[in-house]
Amino acid sequence: MKIVVLVKQVPDSGLERRLGVDQTIDRDTADNVVNEMDEYALEEALRIQEGSGAEVVLVTVGPAGALATVRKALQLGGDRAVHVVDDAIAGSCVLGTSAVLAAAIASERPDLVICGAISTDGGVQVMPHMIAERLGVAAVTGARKIEIRDREVLVERQTEQGSEHLAAELPAVVSVWDTINTPRYPSFKGIMAAKKKPVVTLTLADLGIDPATVGFTGASTRVVDHERRSSSRSGTIIVDDGQGGQRLADYLAANKFV
Amino acid sequence: MGEVLVVVDLTGGQAQTGQSLAGSPVTGLPKVADQLLTLAAGLGEPVLALLGRCCGGPGAVPAAILEAAARFGTTRVYLADAPELDEYLVVPKASVLTDLIRRIEPVAVLLPATQEGREIAGRLAVRLDSGLLTDVVDVQRDPAGDGFVATQLVLAGSTTVRSTVTRGVPLLAVTPNAVEPRPLAEPVAVAPVELLEYRQTPADSMVRVTGRTPSVGGSRPDLAEAAVVVTGGRGVGGSEPFAVVEQLADLLGGAVGATRAAADAGHYPHEYQIGQTGKTVAPQLYVALGVSGAIQHRAGMQTSKVIVAVNKDPEAPIFSLADFGVVGDLHTVVPAAIEAIRGRA
Repeated sequence: MKIVVLVKQVPDSGLERRLGVDQTIDRDTADNVVNEMDEYALEEALRIQEGSGAEVVLVTVGPAGALATVRKALQLGGDRAVHVVDDAIAGSCVLGTSAVLAAAIASERPDLVICGAISTDGGVQVMPHMIAERLGVAAVTGARKIEIRDREVLVERQTEQGSEHLAAELPAVVSVWDTINTPRYPSFKGIMAAKKKPVVTLTLADLGIDPATVGFTGASTRVVDHERRSSSRSGTIIVDDGQGGQRLADYLAANKFV
Repeated sequence: MGEVLVVVDLTGGQAQTGQSLAGSPVTGLPKVADQLLTLAAGLGEPVLALLGRCCGGPGAVPAAILEAAARFGTTRVYLADAPELDEYLVVPKASVLTDLIRRIEPVAVLLPATQEGREIAGRLAVRLDSGLLTDVVDVQRDPAGDGFVATQLVLAGSTTVRSTVTRGVPLLAVTPNAVEPRPLAEPVAVAPVELLEYRQTPADSMVRVTGRTPSVGGSRPDLAEAAVVVTGGRGVGGSEPFAVVEQLADLLGGAVGATRAAADAGHYPHEYQIGQTGKTVAPQLYVALGVSGAIQHRAGMQTSKVIVAVNKDPEAPIFSLADFGVVGDLHTVVPAAIEAIRGRA
């Protein structure tokens, strides 16, 4: 069985993030890390590998600097990685991004693709379905539990209303939330082994993608401008002196919440 | 003026119980429908696509819903209620909508930016080779041309972005509770209903829904759509003490949320987690009880209209986000507030 895990490099969301003058997310000066949800995806792939055997391949689409993130992810596990890097990819909309990811996945012909359900930079949450649509396979999204049984994947999907139980045949793209497992920490052995794991670099030409169909050139959306917002508010903060509860009730009433 | 297609999903349990969990007093539909129709009316003629069985029974849309939709200027209502929409994940809905969009050629499509709304939009984007924008909080006609300019909140609400769609039919996933619903001064005539024929494509039946489990406490509004959210953090101190969070939520008619710290500690189920790796909410009122306000959590709620915080720690970062805060023990302050509120009633 072959599992592809999608790994994305994102700016650390615990630090300040910004858009650049070209209206894309600044990745050059940011502190970049593995997208948090992808750690859960990788952990799930490793558990399947430990349970029933599988080859685990990490796939990343990102600028040259994303290699560091791939190496970091390989410290947790995975047998090898594929890094798609090409200047023409910068500025891609979700159509362009999904086309590149789908092509990279197709070149590996996996049985299962596991990815995080959300990235902390874009937060769009559409890649799994778009990739599945392009590849003609099942997308089973929002998993907090995965079971592989023969050639079927069974998923408990977390929804806003509760949960759903889903079943699909492999090959499938499955996305996971952070409720699915607890990711391991890299071991010393894992850190050393990661240095030797093969990472293959691919360009758009290697994937047979016309650069004009992706990146800024091929984008179907365009950011016109952006503005940073301050999240600070200068509210009224009081200390409870026995009247705190009453004052809270008064505030809610004054603002018509009760 | 072209038609603007508003998509409202009624599947997944709401229609079956005949009750819309976050029901709008105006349309009887999920509140987000009022918000989407309001935006649509500003861009063109709203037309409404309902996915799933309404509580009126197969093929029927209750008159109350039609009359309410007319108050927002809706000129046509489409209903797709084939059982496949409930039996398989997402794709049948995308198929029905693809056929409809190709036929009526709307100038834009608005969906809620819920998990499933985004997924439907993603499928439509590929099938129709169209631009997709999510986390949209406003859309206006572009004064410079024919199209629209959408305002999005990105990077955990820290940045506002204005964008346009440059190819295909604009697919816009709108953040629930970002738009103030505004019915027209005069309702239009009640729209005719067209029952859409469902034409299955091979991709539709790839993922079977074999069961659904509604969450416990299902009588509270969905977090994604709730106008009021009351969240408990690690400071609540345990799962039994969370009762005070629930009491306040119920008194305010709101949903209950939890921080990651509280969920990880087992004090409240993970599905109520709000934050970077949980849900993002933007309600009218957000009450944070025993919540420190770490970035992880702030990312999920900092664009709420009004933020109220109660925390023992005067240095808690949540206070710099709050419109009103009480430094004190929530187990003293909140029961006192509840009593005071009940006393007013």
